[in-house]
Amino acid sequence: MAQTVFAPWDEPAEKPLIRFRNVTKRFGSFVAIDDLTLDIFEREFFALLGPSGCGKTTMMRMLAGFEDPTAGAIELAGEDIAAVPPNKRAVNMMFQSYALFPHLSVYENIAFGLRRDKRPKADLDDRVAEMLKLTRLEKFARRKPHQISGGQRQRVALARSLAKAPKLLLLDEPLGALDAKLRQATQFELMDIQEKTGTTFVIVTHDQEEAMTVASRVAVMDEGRIMQVATPERIYEAPDSVYVADFIGEVNIVSGRARAIGDERYAVEWQEGQTPLIAASERPFADGQPCHLALRPEKVAIHAEQPSDIDNAVQGKILDIAYLGNLSTYHVEVPGGQVIKAQTANTRRISRRSYTWEDTVWLSWTPTAGVLLPE
Amino acid sequence: MQRLVLIAVPYAWLLALFLVPFAIVFKISLSDIALAIPPYTPTLDDGLATFFAALDFENFTFLASDDLYWKAYLSSLQIASVSTVLTLFVAYPIAYGMARAPQEWRPTLMMLVILPFWTSFLIRVYAWMGILSQEGFLNQFLLWTGIVGQPLTILNTNIAVYIGIVYTYLPFMILPIYAALDRLDGSLIEAAEDLGCSRFQAFWLVTIPLSRNGIIAGSFLVFIPALGEFVIPSLLGGSQTLMIGKVLWEEFFNNRDWPVASAVAVILLLILIVPIVLFQRNQQKQAEQDA
Amino acid sequence: MSRLSWFNVTSLTLGFAFLYLPMVILIIYSFNASQLVTVWAGFSTRWYGELLRNEAFLDAAWVTIKVAIMSSTLATVLGTMAAYVLVRGGRFMGRTLFSGMIYAPLVMPEVITGLSLLLLFIGIGLDRGVLTIVLAHTTFSMCFVSVVVSSRLLTFDRSLEEAALDLGCSAFDAFRLVTLPIIAPAVVSGWLLAFTLSLDDLVIASFTAGPAATTLPIKIFSAVRLGVSPEINALSTIMIAVVTVGVITASLVSKRSMVRKQKEERAAGQT
Repeated sequence: MAQTVFAPWDEPAEKPLIRFRNVTKRFGSFVAIDDLTLDIFEREFFALLGPSGCGKTTMMRMLAGFEDPTAGAIELAGEDIAAVPPNKRAVNMMFQSYALFPHLSVYENIAFGLRRDKRPKADLDDRVAEMLKLTRLEKFARRKPHQISGGQRQRVALARSLAKAPKLLLLDEPLGALDAKLRQATQFELMDIQEKTGTTFVIVTHDQEEAMTVASRVAVMDEGRIMQVATPERIYEAPDSVYVADFIGEVNIVSGRARAIGDERYAVEWQEGQTPLIAASERPFADGQPCHLALRPEKVAIHAEQPSDIDNAVQGKILDIAYLGNLSTYHVEVPGGQVIKAQTANTRRISRRSYTWEDTVWLSWTPTAGVLLPE
Repeated sequence: MQRLVLIAVPYAWLLALFLVPFAIVFKISLSDIALAIPPYTPTLDDGLATFFAALDFENFTFLASDDLYWKAYLSSLQIASVSTVLTLFVAYPIAYGMARAPQEWRPTLMMLVILPFWTSFLIRVYAWMGILSQEGFLNQFLLWTGIVGQPLTILNTNIAVYIGIVYTYLPFMILPIYAALDRLDGSLIEAAEDLGCSRFQAFWLVTIPLSRNGIIAGSFLVFIPALGEFVIPSLLGGSQTLMIGKVLWEEFFNNRDWPVASAVAVILLLILIVPIVLFQRNQQKQAEQDA
Repeated sequence: MSRLSWFNVTSLTLGFAFLYLPMVILIIYSFNASQLVTVWAGFSTRWYGELLRNEAFLDAAWVTIKVAIMSSTLATVLGTMAAYVLVRGGRFMGRTLFSGMIYAPLVMPEVITGLSLLLLFIGIGLDRGVLTIVLAHTTFSMCFVSVVVSSRLLTFDRSLEEAALDLGCSAFDAFRLVTLPIIAPAVVSGWLLAFTLSLDDLVIASFTAGPAATTLPIKIFSAVRLGVSPEINALSTIMIAVVTVGVITASLVSKRSMVRKQKEERAAGQT
């Protein structure tokens, strides 16, 4: 049975919910957002990912209305929202610090936004009850924020920002204050709630694993610009720049010059006196063009003997072994001094380790294992 | 709109009741005494041209020529400086003891230091009158122990003024020093002793320099108000105790010479600007260090 | 660290004796039967009785309390506004002058403040009385309130206000519903500070009070200029007692609520 894949960004007819059009934001002489254009669609779980200071928080604050763009326009459902103050926007925000009102109970925190709309009492009670149920906080309605745990506070903040049923929910590092275990569980809870309510979520995070787990699409940002917008799979498997490849996960970068050797196949001259590496690429390269082959460690196999029937095989010497429990990473020095990392899964318990320091080994990978990137 | 009201109301209040009055003091300090109400000329009713023409520095020349005022300024500076140093010597051991006290005592000790600050200043000065007088408790005690054969004259001398200032301003000196010492990492002293310092050397080379900011802040907090003090010299000091706050008061209330009183105020303020600016700088520097 | 050396014990004992002995002596001798203040002639509450029959003191006390309540309330409103402007107001014309006018009265000698305000009141023809004292006290104590409140606002998590705006509050509602309730303890201590400053003030009140209104400190001052009197001792004792009970109660209440909050936080962490 064919399942419809949620991918409105691939439908040309689909209208985006949010549209950044050539938005620039400057603080004095510092450019926080540099001529940025981006579409976000309804029901998306969109992640803005980048190191601190890359402009992701500024984008979120512009959506909430706490900052105005210096140039360009931001549209929400087709309308420019520049003139709409934060308290009139159909956008709510979950703050990094949660910003729970310490003097109000959990119930009153959730009801706070609804009371501003002057909802009738019964209506308000129903909505708050619904939110308490959604976030499993029914038992804590009468408590004050300091009387509940960190994870519960996080859920109150979520319930409060969802209570007004905003068109768009902004989440600023929503899981940053939780410990690692709780964070994982909460990620799935967040996805579940997003699906149940059908709200568009925009999440800001510096944690790539979190972005990859929750998001339908991820925008990788750096210095006020978007480097790539794509689904988590594509971001990981098909990064379109060295920056993105390097930022997400671990990667080996082998630099060289490309030479076409067939249909979407290139040979990469990477080291004097070594066999060129073979790589497949949909992106065209001119002969002699400098290029980088980005290769994930888990796609590099390690052998004791020279493997046959494989396009790329390089001999090297093991420098270091990092045992991570589920995985082991081998650092292998290849001719020319570069170190290539190869990862193997430890599928068997207490197996005898096949390789050790100073062993001479062979590394191999297929032509489609790596991504060929321009300068 | 809301923002405008928010700014305008306190702003207008301070302009009208702080800045304008001060401008008036300045203006009157340049006026002449008159036997009228108000007892000075010119007033604005005389027209702007006459108004400005009639202003002069006569009062200031008078202050400079009469050595009563010179002496009063100098003696205020001297009394304020001496009492600041005395307060420092009394306050430091107390602040040090507080910072070394067990953690659970400290809030109580803090409260004991702050409590006098909430009780009336006037009453605290008054309390010393009964202690320092000829037949007061101090003399009774000294005679009883046989330390002195004759009662000492302390009340109505500068010594009483020093005691009064030290006593009333002590909390202002203790608190900043305590705050500095409380933040001091105890392992620094241990490190110094480990590196061969004696107890005293460690105190002198580590504790004192690291509490410097507290000492400076406390000294200004005592020196600045002590300089313009009125209540203490008039209750505890004698007729020969010259302090500028008292002189200003007497010029105004007893001699009814408003222009001279105003000129005295202007000069007192000029003298105060130096320590105030230094104090502000010190506070700013400390805030930057903390950030 | 927790071991006190003999030196520290001695300096703490002597220090606190110095701070409290004068007041203790004053309190003891307020119960002295004798007119002579330094000779003990047996226990008596005679001076308290005399004090309660002294109309002039009672009138002055009433004026003082009236002035203190009015000026501290006004000062709290103005000082809180000023603190909000200083911390949250952003840039505006004359901001430097504004912050200067907030901090200057804190270090201004009282004789100058008093003199300048008196000259203003005479200049505009305002009769000296309760109103002029209230205006004067409000002016200098609003600066103290604004320092207390602004130091609280500086540590206030700004995202709380943003959250209120985000949930649909106007700027004023955000202040009324979120900021004010949270900074309330600082506002209350600002009020208390302004109240005691007004109760205590002698110098500024002397300049700005007229024959129509005399405050208690002015009365006390003119009485003690003539020397120590047992009646003043009794009055001082009452004032010290009120302040001590007030301060100790306030600190116990705040300590208890802090302990309770910590306990609840610890309990919440375990669930």
